[in-house]
Amino acid sequence: MSGGATSLLRVHNEAIRSANPSESSLSSRDMNPPTVISARNLTKAYGDLTAVDNISFDVPAGESFGLLGPNGAGKSTTMKMIGGVSQRTSGALTIMGLDPESHGPEVRAHLGVVPQQDNLDEELRVRENLIVYGRYFGLPLSYLRPKADELLEFAQLTDKANSKVDALSGGMKRRLTIARSLINEPRILLLDEPTTGLDPQARHILWDRLFRLKESGVTLILTTHYMDEAEQLCDRLIVVDKGRIMAEGSPAALIREHSSREVLELRFGSERNATIGVELQGIGERLETLPDRVLIYAHDGEAALEQVTARGLRPMTSLVRRSSLEDVFLRLTGRSLVD
Amino acid sequence: MSVLTGGHSATDMARERKFGSLYSRNAKAVVGRGLMAAKSSTWLVMVSGFFEPVLFLLAMGVGMGSIVGTVQGPGGEEISYAAYIAPALLAVSAMNGAIYDSTWNVFFKMNFAKLYQGMLYTSLGPLDVAIGEIFLALLRGLLYATGFTAVMGVMGLLTSWWAILVIPASVLIAFGFASFGMGITSFMKTFQQMDWINFFLLPMFLFSATFYPLSVYPQVIQWFIQAMPLWHGVELLRQISVGSFSPATAIHVGYYVVMIALGIMLTTGRLRQLFLK
Repeated sequence: MSGGATSLLRVHNEAIRSANPSESSLSSRDMNPPTVISARNLTKAYGDLTAVDNISFDVPAGESFGLLGPNGAGKSTTMKMIGGVSQRTSGALTIMGLDPESHGPEVRAHLGVVPQQDNLDEELRVRENLIVYGRYFGLPLSYLRPKADELLEFAQLTDKANSKVDALSGGMKRRLTIARSLINEPRILLLDEPTTGLDPQARHILWDRLFRLKESGVTLILTTHYMDEAEQLCDRLIVVDKGRIMAEGSPAALIREHSSREVLELRFGSERNATIGVELQGIGERLETLPDRVLIYAHDGEAALEQVTARGLRPMTSLVRRSSLEDVFLRLTGRSLVD
Repeated sequence: MSVLTGGHSATDMARERKFGSLYSRNAKAVVGRGLMAAKSSTWLVMVSGFFEPVLFLLAMGVGMGSIVGTVQGPGGEEISYAAYIAPALLAVSAMNGAIYDSTWNVFFKMNFAKLYQGMLYTSLGPLDVAIGEIFLALLRGLLYATGFTAVMGVMGLLTSWWAILVIPASVLIAFGFASFGMGITSFMKTFQQMDWINFFLLPMFLFSATFYPLSVYPQVIQWFIQAMPLWHGVELLRQISVGSFSPATAIHVGYYVVMIALGIMLTTGRLRQLFLK
């Protein structure tokens, strides 16, 4: 057991791969990476509430896949079902060819999980957190000791190795949680709102670390409601609302499909926006009147602004910007508050 | 052995396994975590848990005992009052140790530290967690029992070599309470509800023939007390301490065996319900 845990881990991964002949033959035939997560008509109901409503998606190995949606859209529930800690009501779900419900421990042996709220072990010190977590996977200490040091380095926490967990800052805790999730060299990393509550510096450090993981071939599944995060990290994403998939595609494709190239933002003062909105009809592809401003979705924002001034309207401020994922998100999931 | 390092294919192992996604034969990782955590934190609580029955033994056994004199032991022989209540206090000590670990500690880990959520996102199944936590409670029970038995020995309250068996018997008692305690704790949501556990334990401690024989009660109350787990523990240890056995000994042991089996079923079922819903 002491000799070469990494090689044992690799052997084990081979075993899992060969246990799924359908995947390996598929990948050799058309050179596409194998599908690591496959959901078909996945549904989860809590009593009358349908948290996840008949969603289907596939995630190929090595992809960075995002789940976007407002609070209560069913993102975390989907993550829990993937981890096998929530039982689906109906539908099919396989993780690397295994059903997480009947093979929970095996599936989770290949998963790294970063939950929405840090659940680090506060009774243990920083390095102990990594080692003990690795023990939960049944990994030997001879593998875990060097691995823990390597991960502390990766998470930029080496000098905090013997600190207590509650002495760490929010960003450090988050990095430690991510380091912990990597202790078993997971093939799939589940990140539930990984940067919520962090300051910009800490977020950028995290993004950098996550991007490195992606480069090393780890499949990332992440939920977020930061659109810039999704644009930074996701190859492909689904927008979910009320448990259903509203749209699916790469960030650029979603913007092309559901928004214009540019957006013109005009402010006429809170009282006048609504009345002036009527006079702006016909400019651009679509017009949206908000309490504080008017948005004109157009291919060419400057041209749209010229049309506005040509009609004799003088906005207090105007701004032309590129369309973002946030525009897509708000268009698909609405602007009303979700609690 | 564990899922990752043993065997050729985890998939095959899972198919052969009886408990499927409930158990990955790795409860030792949970135990290891508990020992590592205990290293830094809970020594003071552990020490206080040990002294409580010792203080009772001094106050009641030695203090009160001086006016009580001798009483009739389980085999009909006359023994000192301290020797009469010491095994009962040992049973209480085993119960308290097990209950502390399996209720308050578990309550905290479940609701505040979110420890089990973290564990169950690894290869561990709920049965690994339950077995590991119960084992830790037993370890504490064993420590308390060994310490208290040593105190009994020093005070000259042990009259038979059979008495050494009170240690494993205490672990049996601790096992019964620990396996049930964790399951019951899983129903608790607030601190007020946790107080109900004390509300149940205190009268059981006082009235389970701990300080005087069961025969002082009317018949109906006797039946009620005989249905409670602590009474069986008290009687079992009292019999062992003087080496006087009867068919009732087997009933006492059997009571705990059934309690352990039901408790583990309850706890595993509850953990599954709570974390794998």
